Amino acid sequence: MSHKTKEQLGAEAVQIWNSIKDAQLSPKDRMAIPPQEMATGDPAKRAREMSEVALGYTDEQARVEAARCLGCKNRPCVSACPVGVPIPEFIACIQNGDYAKAVATIKTANLLPAICGRVCPQERQCQSACTLGKSLKSVDLSVAIGRLERFVADWERDNNRIIPPAVASPTGKKVAVIGSGPAGLTVAADVRRAGHEVTVFEAFHKTGGVMVYGIPEFRLPKAIVQKEVDVLKAMGVVFRTNFLVGRTETIYDLLDREKYDAAFIGTGAGLPKFMDIPGENLIGVFSANEYLTRANLMKAYDTSRAATPLYQAKTVAVVGGGNVAMDACRMAFRLGAEKVYCIYRRTRDEMPARVEEVNHAEEEGVEFLFLKNPTKILGDETGKVRAVEVLEYELGEPDASGRRSPVAKPGTEHEIPVDAMIVALGNESNPLMAQTTDGLETTKRGNIVVDAKQRTSLKRVWAGGDIVLGAATVILAMGEGRKAAKSINDYLAGNEEEQAD
Amino acid sequence: MHTILEKKQFSAEVFYLRVTAPEIARNRKAGQFVLVQIDTDFGERIPLTIADADAQEGWIALVFQTVGATTHKLALKNPGDKIEAILGPLGKPTHISKLGTVVCVGGGIGVAPLYPIVKAYKAAGNKVITIIGARNKELVIFEDEMRAASDELIIVTDDGSYGRKGLVTEPLKELCESAAPPAEVVAIGPPIMMKFCAATTKPYNVHTVVSLNTIMIDGTGMCGGCRVTVGGKTKFVCVDGPEFDGHQVDFDNMMMRMKAYKGREEEDHHKCHMEMEADKVGDPDAKAELSGGAK
Repeated sequence: MSHKTKEQLGAEAVQIWNSIKDAQLSPKDRMAIPPQEMATGDPAKRAREMSEVALGYTDEQARVEAARCLGCKNRPCVSACPVGVPIPEFIACIQNGDYAKAVATIKTANLLPAICGRVCPQERQCQSACTLGKSLKSVDLSVAIGRLERFVADWERDNNRIIPPAVASPTGKKVAVIGSGPAGLTVAADVRRAGHEVTVFEAFHKTGGVMVYGIPEFRLPKAIVQKEVDVLKAMGVVFRTNFLVGRTETIYDLLDREKYDAAFIGTGAGLPKFMDIPGENLIGVFSANEYLTRANLMKAYDTSRAATPLYQAKTVAVVGGGNVAMDACRMAFRLGAEKVYCIYRRTRDEMPARVEEVNHAEEEGVEFLFLKNPTKILGDETGKVRAVEVLEYELGEPDASGRRSPVAKPGTEHEIPVDAMIVALGNESNPLMAQTTDGLETTKRGNIVVDAKQRTSLKRVWAGGDIVLGAATVILAMGEGRKAAKSINDYLAGNEEEQAD
Repeated sequence: MHTILEKKQFSAEVFYLRVTAPEIARNRKAGQFVLVQIDTDFGERIPLTIADADAQEGWIALVFQTVGATTHKLALKNPGDKIEAILGPLGKPTHISKLGTVVCVGGGIGVAPLYPIVKAYKAAGNKVITIIGARNKELVIFEDEMRAASDELIIVTDDGSYGRKGLVTEPLKELCESAAPPAEVVAIGPPIMMKFCAATTKPYNVHTVVSLNTIMIDGTGMCGGCRVTVGGKTKFVCVDGPEFDGHQVDFDNMMMRMKAYKGREEEDHHKCHMEMEADKVGDPDAKAELSGGAK
């Protein structure tokens, strides 16, 4: 695929738009409109820079892409969206050029469109259900709902059109939100809108949770996350950073002594999973969480200014096939690696990562080693990683998840020389809340148990996001946050029992 | 923001800062630590142990050695200056109970975090024997405080310039061999000292708690940078520790991992803490023989 600049793609879209803008389009006409590719930076250049890779649509591109939407009456895309964004309606607004109305329409269901437009796995949600994609027999040909969502959200921000949502008159009630990631920010916004005082507690020195420490700048610019936080601040939400609920104060301290009426736990991902293979504690073996946090939150890539050191590695291997693995692979190039391997024990089709991230990683030069899995990490005499030994696999019968499970091929072990090894195999739950909160019920895996309204086993305490779901996505965390906020608001309005029991 | 209330310089490289931190002061317990960050844009987050605190007055005391970029900058701060971020108290508190005789061993600046533990064991009704080790008289810290808090205080210096000449493991071994051996030993100091304290007590089956101070980023159970091998399993110092059974800790792996960024820190003109300690005890194998423990 030859690389086209935003100008080239934009110019092509102008021509298409001029040919269709005054026409009455039949569904057949709409199906014939070419899907709009989103411009990206030149792969060779961008892989060495932290700036955002995907550059967004031009005006005409957005309107052409919007014109592809068939406006189905049964709205399968809406049903496939975890938060039920009114998709055909906002897309119709874009086609008509009414971006303000488009973004307002999205915000009835999703307060963070600039973020979701960038990081949602649309091809497995809204776009997987798209009638157009189904008719054209490829999810890649579905309406680019995520790119359109991003386009209007960026338009709103770039034009200073963001208006903080209205806040109801003060109720005198106080709500503590623990964690400032996608779940916490969603709860904060929805609860604040109902007129309650909201304080968000964040253990890190910056707000945004995984959107700041985990997802890299080149995929989600931190200025966008900061803008969302600023909107919440303008609504009167108070943020307390460097505050670890459970240790600095317990939930009970907040509820009983600080007189919070309710608390929401959205503390996110926990301890990284390791492989439990020899050599895992050698120097140069990192969890993806650590590797990305050093680079993103602590800005270790900025070697002239950041105090947090960077581990120098020319050849990096990342094990895992999810979004976090893709982020780690691509970050490795930006931190100076010359060769990056992605080791995954199944094949490309089974990779859980967003298709766009896999494509971007490949364009940037990540070398995929499919059907391989590390068995051992080898170090030199100083304890630094020098190689990883992998075993080859083949695909066998489908497992419980429906994916064909990998079967080891004994005797195929071989060494691949590497200087660093990054483990991106997901997270366990964070043990801190359960450790410090008597009576908080958790599953065997340490996730907090909630009912259909996100209520925990403790009175006046709700939970949502990864601490409940295990490792999931931004949008699923937001969906849980919405449900929790509704339940909290109902409870504070006296319309709901405290707890299910 | 935290305001520095008092600063003391204990030696060329060791400083004491008393800083405002009301919530941490109220909730911290012996054995816990904090993460300190001077500049929230580009600064690193470093773990420091809490040497003392006053819940009423709302302050905590930190003792640190100038090792890397952050500690060097901290050392330049003065009363009235601010520290941008202090997160804590972190880690599990020391499990304090009445056991009988407890020997607390502190080496170098490890004496500072040991102080609240000594006080807590004493308050729980134990007989506390404290051993302080330092390279020389100049580097002995918290002597008066420890003397007041302990039933007995033994000071050991490498060069014999103060107290007894030798290593902390020598009086520790004698106590283990005495008619009334300790029910518990707590050792806090450089990794190599903790390693040999654990090796010293092992033949006598005296339960030995060590407090680990590894590299950390978040300190809240997310990044996994602080992992250590304990009893053959991976544990996380920030949420599973910082205290572990010294007889189970793989100190060699931990010491190796702590060298991950050694090159970088040397560029910051720092003298590696552990190397000084290795110098202090001399050849580890020789040291092992001395302590009569490790093989």
